[in-house]
Amino acid sequence: MARYIANKLFYTLISLFILISATFFLMKAIPGDPFMSEKKVPPAIQERLYEQYGLNKPVYEQYFKYLGDIAQGDFGISMKKINQNVTDIIKDTFGASLKLGLVSIVVSVIVGVALGLLAALYHRKLIDNVAMVLAVLGIAVPSFVVASLLQFVFSSKLHWFPTMGFKGPMYYFLPVAALSAQPIAFIARLTRSSMLEVLHADYIKTAKAKGLRWYAILFRHVIRNGILPVVTYLGPMTANIVTGSVVIEQIFGIGGIGKQFVQAITVRDYPVIMGITIFYGALLMIARLVTDIAYGFVDPRIKLTGGKGD
Amino acid sequence: MEANQSSGISTPADLKPDDFRKIGTDEKQAEIIQRESISSWRDAWQRLCTNKMAITALIVLLFIVIAAIVGPYIAKWVFNYNYYTNDLLNTNQRPSAEHWFGTDDLGRDMFVRTWMGARISLIVGLAAAMIDLFIGVIYGGVMGYFGGRVDSIMNKFSEILYAIPYLLVTILLLVVMEPSLPTIIIALTITGWINMSWIVRGEIMQLKNREFVLASRSMGAGSGRLLFRHLLPNAVGPIIVTVTLSVPNAIFAEAFLSFLGLGVQAPVASLGSMINDALTGWLYYPWRMLFPAIVISLTMLAFNIFGDGLRDALDPKLKK
Repeated sequence: MARYIANKLFYTLISLFILISATFFLMKAIPGDPFMSEKKVPPAIQERLYEQYGLNKPVYEQYFKYLGDIAQGDFGISMKKINQNVTDIIKDTFGASLKLGLVSIVVSVIVGVALGLLAALYHRKLIDNVAMVLAVLGIAVPSFVVASLLQFVFSSKLHWFPTMGFKGPMYYFLPVAALSAQPIAFIARLTRSSMLEVLHADYIKTAKAKGLRWYAILFRHVIRNGILPVVTYLGPMTANIVTGSVVIEQIFGIGGIGKQFVQAITVRDYPVIMGITIFYGALLMIARLVTDIAYGFVDPRIKLTGGKGD
Repeated sequence: MEANQSSGISTPADLKPDDFRKIGTDEKQAEIIQRESISSWRDAWQRLCTNKMAITALIVLLFIVIAAIVGPYIAKWVFNYNYYTNDLLNTNQRPSAEHWFGTDDLGRDMFVRTWMGARISLIVGLAAAMIDLFIGVIYGGVMGYFGGRVDSIMNKFSEILYAIPYLLVTILLLVVMEPSLPTIIIALTITGWINMSWIVRGEIMQLKNREFVLASRSMGAGSGRLLFRHLLPNAVGPIIVTVTLSVPNAIFAEAFLSFLGLGVQAPVASLGSMINDALTGWLYYPWRMLFPAIVISLTMLAFNIFGDGLRDALDPKLKK
């Protein structure tokens, strides 16, 4: 187990390193520098700016300095927001995104598993058909379309929920619904097919034959075994929700990290783009790592030797 | 058989021993296959035809493709608009007999723009899928065919790349390169081919130990011939399914990029950038968003359902 974790950790670090290096060199590859397009600045001030941002040093020196700074959690200074540290920007805005993301993850798993389980238990009945139509729709309709539709129907026409902002519990409903629509659909499909397989397994017949009550069979045998594929989906789901939140925060006017990202891209604020990209990248890679390790713990049948089980 | 028919027997009384002769069994005849033989493709097609959902999805897809090709011309011939014509007296009009899908904030006809947008989105999706196919098949084919050390190094490399979140890399590349149709397609394929390469690798690894490969090898076939004439054609089912399912992903990713201002740039529009443009006035002019949203959702829905249907038809093993 320790070897498996060490192996995964090692490759995650390599991936992270490649992402950081790619980010750095791609940004350096952009012709010109951030202070060139502005109105003419006296050469002395230009010099001063270069010095402050370390742009007068050779590229490799900047690169190693950047790596060192990131290792200490310092992503540099924003170029458009005066005197704002990128680390501070991330810290200030991450809270809202984290709340939104966590609530969406919890909602996705609970609703998705419940929907998939119901569909499996009532296989080929009305509930099954309705759940699967919903699942196909959830996968196919892009999250920003879902978000706009929800906003139009539930806040603009029915006035049930606020349109914009993120101030209290009522503000959670629509963004969470929009963000979790696709993960719910995926989880429901995964759960349904795996539960169907489990329901026909011999050990369920055994459990029934020995006279266990239905809820004991359901909770101790069916759900515990049928939920395994959902665990593998947790990593991709986090990625889905994190990238989805970039758009959803924009639509619902939530001051999270995604909104900062969009703003930074619009005004080409390179240190912020780099900082948030690396932050997102690290977050998602950690989510994947945790998923891999969790799967090793949950399913004892998996041989933990590293690699993809081949 | 011919002898029996031509002998013209009328009554049993006329029969003489000479009328009878031994036919015996013809071994060659026994080997003849009476029923028309069905190739595996026809078999798959027949299985697909029994899947009503998949056929409906196929028809919807064909409709969207045809509309994306001829839609803009219809408006041009019937009403004399094109893609750029703006009628500033008629901005944000509701759908009417003249403007079937209404007009946008610059008075441009939404019917033309929706189908032009669908055309751009489809081009992005199909081109990205084709490039993924090309790189993925070669990379995956080499991994699966050579195996051993080559495989483990190449596989590790693709896993490391795969761990970097797809949309982040795409965003980074498009921040650096100016967004245009070719750069968007390149950015989308930069890590998009990995999934395809894994599918191909898995198939090739299964196939390469089969007898027909051994037979061909013993007759002196080289690696290239084995890979491209024998192994890949046998893996074509899962490859087609993966391509079909990767098209909607690329279409969605392009729409997502449009939200960040990194999609195709105005005045060209994709479905995603039209939805993004419509977002500002969406609560007042819902039709500006509705039509592109319906078309993009239908496209993705149809590709997903058709892809699932294809998987069931081509490769029953993979059935979920």
